[in-house]
This record gives sequence, C-alpha cells and structure tokens, in this order.
Amino acid sequence: MAGIVSYGAYIPPTRLGFSVMGGGAPKDGGPERSVAWNDEDAVTMAVTAAVNCLRGFDRAAVDGVLFASTTYAFKEKQGAALIAKALDLRRDVRTADVSGSVRAGTDALRAAFDSVAAGSAQRVLVIASDARLGAPGSGLERNFGDGAAAFLIGDADAIAEDEGAFAFAEEIVDVWRAEGDAFVHTWEERFVVQEGYTPGIAEAVNGLVAKLGASIGDFNRVALYGPDARSHGTAARSLGIDRGRLVDPLFGKLGNAGVAFAPLLLVSALEAAKPGDRILLANYGDGGEASALSVAAPIEKLEARRGVAWHLAKRWAVPKYETYLKARDLQSAEYDAGTNQGLSATIHFREREDEIAFKAQQCGSCGALQFPAQRICESCYAKDDFTQVRLSDQVGSVVTFTLDFFFPTPDPPTIVTITDIGGARVHLQLVNIPADQVRPGMPVEFEFRRIHQVGGRPNYYWKGVPFAQ
Amino acid sequence: MQKDAIRDKVAVTGVGCCQFGENWDKSPSDMIVDAAYEAYADAGIDEPQKQIDAVFTGSIYSNKGPHECSDALKLFGKPVTMVSNYCATGTDAFRCGVMSIAAGLYDTVLVVGYDKPKDRGVSGPSVMMDRVRDLPQTPAGWFALCAATYFDKYGAGREDLARIAVKNHHNGTLAPNSFLKREITVEDALNGRMISWPFGLYDCAAQTDGAAAAVITRADLASKDAILVKGVTVIAGPNPQKDPGNDFLSWKPTGWAATDIYAQAGIDDPANQIDVAQVHDCFTLTELLTYEDLGFIEKGSAKEHIADGKFELTGDLPVNTDGGLKAFGHPTGATGVRMIYENVQQLRGTAGERQVSDPGIALSHNIGGHPTACGIAILGKQ
Repeated sequence: MAGIVSYGAYIPPTRLGFSVMGGGAPKDGGPERSVAWNDEDAVTMAVTAAVNCLRGFDRAAVDGVLFASTTYAFKEKQGAALIAKALDLRRDVRTADVSGSVRAGTDALRAAFDSVAAGSAQRVLVIASDARLGAPGSGLERNFGDGAAAFLIGDADAIAEDEGAFAFAEEIVDVWRAEGDAFVHTWEERFVVQEGYTPGIAEAVNGLVAKLGASIGDFNRVALYGPDARSHGTAARSLGIDRGRLVDPLFGKLGNAGVAFAPLLLVSALEAAKPGDRILLANYGDGGEASALSVAAPIEKLEARRGVAWHLAKRWAVPKYETYLKARDLQSAEYDAGTNQGLSATIHFREREDEIAFKAQQCGSCGALQFPAQRICESCYAKDDFTQVRLSDQVGSVVTFTLDFFFPTPDPPTIVTITDIGGARVHLQLVNIPADQVRPGMPVEFEFRRIHQVGGRPNYYWKGVPFAQ
Repeated sequence: MQKDAIRDKVAVTGVGCCQFGENWDKSPSDMIVDAAYEAYADAGIDEPQKQIDAVFTGSIYSNKGPHECSDALKLFGKPVTMVSNYCATGTDAFRCGVMSIAAGLYDTVLVVGYDKPKDRGVSGPSVMMDRVRDLPQTPAGWFALCAATYFDKYGAGREDLARIAVKNHHNGTLAPNSFLKREITVEDALNGRMISWPFGLYDCAAQTDGAAAAVITRADLASKDAILVKGVTVIAGPNPQKDPGNDFLSWKPTGWAATDIYAQAGIDDPANQIDVAQVHDCFTLTELLTYEDLGFIEKGSAKEHIADGKFELTGDLPVNTDGGLKAFGHPTGATGVRMIYENVQQLRGTAGERQVSDPGIALSHNIGGHPTACGIAILGKQ
C-alpha cells in the first residue's frame, strides 16, 4: 500500500515580527512570520527540506521527483530537474513541476500516491515549497510565511498509509497572481472567504468523510489549510473539529506558506503521531482536496527528522522592516542587474556537478579529495583518475574566513570561508551565524542557496551553516 | 640549469614613470608616452625608432595586446609583445626583456607596464561574477584569508597592519609621482570603513591609472655606473582557496620565488644582503607576510619588527620607500615596473627626501591572483 515513508521540512530561520512590519523593533514572543532571505527561494528551501527528508534513506532508490510551488523563478525550465541535480539523484529519475494554485502541494502528493499505488514507481519524492510575496504593508504580507515540506512516498515501510482522497475543482477568481505580477492579489475579502475558502474546505472534508464512510470524529489529527487565522478558526468550528484534534495552523509563527502550508501542517501532525492515529489533511485552491492517512508502526523506527518543530526553534529576528524590503528586492537596490548578461550558461552546464550536485573528486591514485573537478590531482599529479564524492551531506570545518563588506547583500558583511571537507578545500559563504562568532575550526554543514541574481536569472550554489547535532 | 645565467648581463639605463592617479583626462597612450619618454631621456636615447630593438609590455585590463603601446610610441617594424600575469605582470614584462637581451637577441629593449582601471566606472576592484561558487570575489577577500589564521597563531592584529599603512602613507608624501600624499595615523587606519575583515579602507592599496617604463641594454654596452640586473623570476603557485593543506600563514608563491631569485642573484643571507625593497602591499597583511616569506625576518616575528621601525625609511631594511601600492597607486600592469623605477632611483642615490642610506642591492616583489603569481627582481650596483 502506498504511503509516506519519510518526511522533512525547511522553514527559514529568518522571522519578521509583526511589530517590525509596523515600523517598530522586534518583540520577544510576539507574533511573526518566516521569511525566505535574499539567498533563499522556493528551490533552495525545497532542496533543504528534501535533504532533511532523505536523511538515512538511499537517494539512488528515488524514482521520481514532484516539485510543487507557485513561486519558482522560471516560466520555462524545470525546477524538479534542478532539485534532482542538487540532491544528486539518479540520472533516470522522473521529474515534474506542479503549480497553478496553493493546492499544488497536495495535488503532487496525490499524484505520487497514485503512481506508487499503480506500481509505476516505488519511491517518489514530493516537495512543496513557496515564498509568496504580499504587497508591502498589506494584510497578505503579514499572513504569509515561507517554507517547504518534503515527503518520500513509497510502497513499503510506510509511516503513514494512504486511505484515500476526495477532490473537486472550482472556477473562482478569489486569489491569483498573473504573469508579471510580483504580489499575490485577492478579490474583496468577504467574497474570498464566504464564497471561496469556507464552503470549499468544507466540501473537501465532508466529501472525504462521506466517501470513506467515516465521521470527522474518527480522525485524531486534522490538518486544515487556511488563508488566515480567523478564517481557519471559523472553518474548523463549523466542521465540528475538536480543538484538541486540530493541528496548530502556526499563524503568528510560520504564516500561510502557500503550496507548502498544508504539507507543513501534515509534517507537524506526523511529528506528534503514533501508530493507529488517523490524519485528515485538507487543502483549498481553485477547488479543494482532502486525504486520509493512517499512521503505521514504522513511524516508531524513523530517526528524528528536521521538521516543523526543529525549524521553528531556530530563529533570527529581522531587526528592521527596511532590511526585509532589501532582502526581497522590494526597494531599489544599489546594483542594477538590468544590463548584465548573467553567468555563462555553458559554464553553468559544465560545472553542474561541482556547483549544483556539490561533488568533489577523489583521486584513484592517492585518495585525496579535491574541489572543484580538475584533470590533474593537486596532491599526487595523477591524471584523469577520479571518482566523484558528494559533499553536500558531509560535515566540514572552517579553515579560515574573512568578512566581506563589499559584496551586495541586505545585511553586510558576507562571511566568506575556506572550508575543509574531507581534505577538499572549498570557497564557501557561511550563513545563520553572527559574524563575530565565526572561528577557524568550527564545524559546518551545507545548504543549497541562491547566491545572487544576474541577467534576470537566479544562480544557485551551496553555503555553510553551523553544524547542528 | 644555470641559475645565474642572467646575473650582471643586463643593465637598466633609463627609467620613467608617469603621475599615478585617477587620470580622468589622460588616455593609456598619454601615460605610456610620459613614462617611455622619461625613460628615453634617462637612458640618453634620442632616436627610439632606431635605438630600441624590441618592446615588452604588460597590462591586465587592456584587450589590445601590445599594439596600444607600439601605436602610442610609433615603434613599428620591430617585435612587440604583451604579457599578462596578474599583479606580477610588470615584473614579468621586465623579465622577458631581460631574458631577450641575456640571450643575445637584442641590444636594447623597452619595457612598459601600464593599466587604466579608472575608465571602467567602478571604484575599487569590481565584484567579479564569473563563477557562482567563487562569490563574493574581491581581492580584499582573497588576501584577507590569511588573517584569522595568522592572528590566531602569532598574536598580531589590526594595529600591526595599521602601522604598515601609516608608514606607506608617509613615504608616499615624499614621492613626486605618487597618488596619495597624505599622512595618516593608526587611529585613522583603524577607523576606516571596513572592506573585508580585517581590512579597512586604509589597509587597501589605491587602485589608480599609471604607466612606468624601463630601458634595458647589454651590460657591456652600458656605462660603468649603470644599475645591473642580478636576477628576475616569476613563479606560479596553486590557488590557495582550493589547495589541499594550505596553512594560510603565508603565500606559497613568494617563498618559492625567493628561493629562485636568491639562487640567481647569489644571495644567501637576504636579511643582511638586501638594503632596500619594494614589496607588494596590495593589502597591509600582504606586506607583513612578505617580510617573512622573503626571509627578511623570522616567521611570526613581523609584529615586533614593525613596532621597531625596521621597515621605515630610517630602519635597517626600508620597504616601500615611495609609498608602495598603498600610496603611490596600483595600476596593475605598471606596478612591477614602477618598483624597478624606484629601486633604480634608490641605488643611484637620486631618491631625494626618501633616499635610504647607500643601498647596494634592491629587491622588488609582486604577488597577485588569489594569490598564485609571484614576481621578484633584484637590481644592484656594479
């Protein structure tokens, strides 16, 4: 039977307090939302969530990747293929992007369950990731949050088995972002809630419960998408969901993470689940979708995941609203990328194993590791005798560093290190640490990040982050 | 291999250097003509089209090859070459000229180093965007990578670097063609805008436009008091950012180039045999490491010697007597030749207010790239 074999999440540690959005200082314990920083986007968050999901699992066993997002940077050029390369998955992996509404995350999950159930794939990685923008100062900006959730769907050893689903489609202009729009738009709020979300989420939940011949009370955990705290609360009450069984929607901590929102609530439900629990997951967007899952015994053997709780505990408060605006390029920057051609596409293509898959090469003659790929061994001078070794899941150590105040970034300095990874030396930016705490010798792990955008295209590479046990 | 093959075979008979600075109103040709005609006059050359046999030029910003130089000077119908070797470019152009004379191919050669970075519309080096994995990619960031490690091991700090900046600013006030002519204090240096830790603004060389030239000739054709080339070398090292095992306490190419140049010049006790040196102070820490990597002092002892004033104009071993890259300015391709210009003045005793006491042997040193390129030249009296 198809089910969830593993899960992982990513929530940026950067948090924008409502007080900061109001022009004030960060307030301890006050409501806040997560914010993808200037080196993060739907792709980088997806990669980290997937890395967290695949921890302890054989990446070579992944048959497919479905990447769901409404904020992927390209109209044409697949995100799932880039993510598969960053994850160093098999070359014959099947990949597809799913988009179009915030329902895309659960749509992708459903497609993965179906393909595994049909036997066309054994293991499919589903990643939902979003970093939507509300116009500065708007209610949407305050309600939104950024993050990603990843699930490995398989046909054996499931921690949560698929019990079935119900879905319907609807044509309604309630929430949208058209070609060329930077910000998400909505129609008048009462219309959106009264004609869109409230009846839609109810139709999805009631449709599933009826289809399974169950009642809402049969589910221990109910994870409901909601556009904002108030609408979510109203919907939960009208559906008769017991407060104790409702998965915390995390408004004021995470925020509505778009495509990743319902999947992140599912992660949150799984973190607290025990065998025999039944989970109901309901989503809304141009129609609705609900799934039922029953938690199975293997969940007790799954090693601790970096999920929602792990990420929410790691936080850095944005000090000023202007810093956030700069990070998300919402006010004019000093550097105009308009005339820049960007990175050479041919160089990017040639170096995809170095920069995207983050692989070093190991000399077959002397065993030394070096990065990036070169023809001659820097240690023993043997020629063309290398095997590739993935660095992204290793732990490195800072050899030396500098703090660069020159590189354009919303909050200088940029921490630049030479990091030793198994003997290979790698020029790497370091993030998620105050500059005055960087020391030679400190252990670091690696996250896929957006280094900069030139020529209208984002450019990705890896960064160091302090090693966390 | 005969290490001393060029020793005393080539004489520097004329040197020239244009005013370094943000030469908004001067073209590369203008600067090349200023430098070359000063060198001609110094060497007693009045018909360069007849008396110069070949031209070696160095530049890293020009994309015109040596032809900008041959066209500026109307040196046609003869061999012209351009070399590019990061910050060792000027020294390498000089080296190619010296080798061609030592080989007997030419009698008299003109060497021109120049660069015009201030036509690019950026202040300081541009942020290079050619490899995403190398970002941020600024020279200050490259050269700063020895700081955390060196400071930890030897207990030096930003104040020691600041003293180097103060010295070079002072020396720059005494050099007529230098860019910056302003004394600074240690406090000024420490309070400068941070560029790439530990380098503040005053730890960084002044990027300028400029050109410098040298006329070199067969030693046996030169006058008895002409300055002789004792040796010249250029060495390549690994990119320290990916070099396995690099200790970030020194830059390898300088040590390797020092071993080679001392063998060429017959020097076995550099600390005592070298009387004056121009070293590559692209950043203050680069100068500090170079004291040690050239064998002027023990590894790790720079802090004490800086405090003692060893490298000041009145010290035992004056370094960067004309203000160095810091104050004289750093038009990359010109810098190595500008150092030859200063060392010739010092050896002749014509350096005016910045003249050091009766030097017999003078060294010039460049290091560039990440850094991977080192060039060293040693000149001496006969």
